[in-house]
Amino acid sequence: MLPKLAVSISEYKWMDAMNSQTNETLPAVTQRYKVPFNFRRFVRTNSAQLGILGVFLGLWLTFIISAPSTFLSPRIYTAFMTSTPFFAIMAIPLTVIVIAKEMDLSFPSIMAMGMVAFSFVYNQTAFMGSTTASTTLRVGLAIIAALLTGAIIGWLNGIIIVKVGIPSLVVTIGTQFFWRGAVLVLTSGANFPLEYIKSTIFYPLFVGKIGGFLPMQMVWLIIVTIIVWVLLNRHRFGAHVYLTGDNINSAELMGVNTGRTRIQAFMLVGLVSAFAGLISSFYIAYFWPNMGSGYLLNTLASVFLGGTSVFGGTGTILGTFLGTFIIGSIDAATVAVGLTGFLTQLIYGFIIVLSVIMHTYLRKRGE
Amino acid sequence: MEEEYRLELRNVSKSFGEVKALEDIDFKLGRNEIVGLLGDNGAGKSTLIKIITGYHRPTSGEIYFNGQKVDHLTVPKARELGVETVYQERALAELQTLWRNIFLGRELCNSLGFLDIQRMRDETNRLMTQSMGFTSQAIGPDSRVGKYSGGEKQGVAIVRALFFEAEIIVLDEPTMGLSLKEAAKLVNFVKGIKQAGKSAIFIDHNIFHVYDVADRVVVIDRGKVAGEFLTKNIGLNELMDKMVHVAETGSFD
Repeated sequence: MLPKLAVSISEYKWMDAMNSQTNETLPAVTQRYKVPFNFRRFVRTNSAQLGILGVFLGLWLTFIISAPSTFLSPRIYTAFMTSTPFFAIMAIPLTVIVIAKEMDLSFPSIMAMGMVAFSFVYNQTAFMGSTTASTTLRVGLAIIAALLTGAIIGWLNGIIIVKVGIPSLVVTIGTQFFWRGAVLVLTSGANFPLEYIKSTIFYPLFVGKIGGFLPMQMVWLIIVTIIVWVLLNRHRFGAHVYLTGDNINSAELMGVNTGRTRIQAFMLVGLVSAFAGLISSFYIAYFWPNMGSGYLLNTLASVFLGGTSVFGGTGTILGTFLGTFIIGSIDAATVAVGLTGFLTQLIYGFIIVLSVIMHTYLRKRGE
Repeated sequence: MEEEYRLELRNVSKSFGEVKALEDIDFKLGRNEIVGLLGDNGAGKSTLIKIITGYHRPTSGEIYFNGQKVDHLTVPKARELGVETVYQERALAELQTLWRNIFLGRELCNSLGFLDIQRMRDETNRLMTQSMGFTSQAIGPDSRVGKYSGGEKQGVAIVRALFFEAEIIVLDEPTMGLSLKEAAKLVNFVKGIKQAGKSAIFIDHNIFHVYDVADRVVVIDRGKVAGEFLTKNIGLNELMDKMVHVAETGSFD
């Protein structure tokens, strides 16, 4: 015997889905969904960003109180905006990778490899002469070569990870060594000056100073931040990044091309890392084969400090942006405050661990 | 060609390495028909529907939609052909908001790929209030799906399947984890699919549910079609006896 269902048809609201489906799909006019601003909900949904903003402001206040003469003058901020963007700019696309539940450790080597491609193209175009115009053209071509190299290395990372199916942590440990090794072999481990770039428009464009105060690398950091923010939050690519990182199985069942999404994310890191290589070597007009190797942990720490979860699916660009400036300021601030430089690593560690604990707590409350 | 089927599989086999998950499956789904798939754990039901939804590629065999042969079926292609699926695992992204889940894999965006977020939130809100009957304050287009109850999550998966003009609705173990009342709701919902003139494939462990809603029952055992019955020609007790017999011996005789 079938058990009798003791509920009337009219109660089944799901039925209405059927009816509305047959009559109209995607009706042109739908009532607009608007929610009045609610402070508590705002705090709950943005807890990670507000948390790191709190840490940021708290540290800043501490610095100002402990060393007012340093932190109330604009010079220290120019210094921060000069040195932080070199690694901060890579932390932005790296956030995308971590949200997609992947990892990339090869970006410092990509920085250097991009510069190898840069100087290769510059040297190979020597026949074009060395007037200002032709130098500018050669440097322009060299920049394109560097960016292209970065994107291609990122694409290769992605292909190995997606098509062969090896965890990205493992693959990029390998490619990190490989490309650093390639740099050392191709340059015979030698440093070389890049004085010629100073005569081109690219020098002021990449690392000049606006009004003697605002470094151009800071402007580029802001531009990259805005572009990646838009991609992540307002574009299908970003939607797929979040879905891939949240539940790759669900995303694939529903037809998201998770492989392509991840490959694109790795290409983005490659492209921006090559760009970071350009601005940091332009800044000192010098190439050295170990460039970038000191940035690995700073950059990763900024991403996690900013509240991006290592489990994927959550994270914000703004959080990372604030995270980079926390990381970027501790070094100088420790000394300015009058503490010994030996303390910086201790303070780094302390702030990173405390912030990650804070984020975990906020995430649990937010859910 | 009035007699053509909404969906037809011919000689479909699927192997995962050495393991033969499906062997020479012939399967038909008529217009406005609800077919129940029955079979023990590991019989190949989920593999079969994942072939229909384009997630798995068959090792051999042919797939026809409305009499047209379709090669290289992918998930987006199957969805284009009107196949919508409520998966056993629900296929939700639990850390994401409701609107992102409703439009999962089918985001509304312009030709450059930029999302129309306001439209998706508006539509989600409409579906929520008109179709899902969610009135709880905790549930809005911007709330995270991970917080929802089992029934609410299932509601999201179902409404999502219906929103996009589904012609064939595949329900894989939809009553799993639902309360009795929610399961009853669901059974009636499946009946509603038939009333709306659509087709459905319904997989469930609960033979009562399947018998109740299906026009035809296909029994799968060890990767093969063991038999099929029109529910109007067979009694529930008889069907149950046959199922037990199949599970023990692998055939109906």
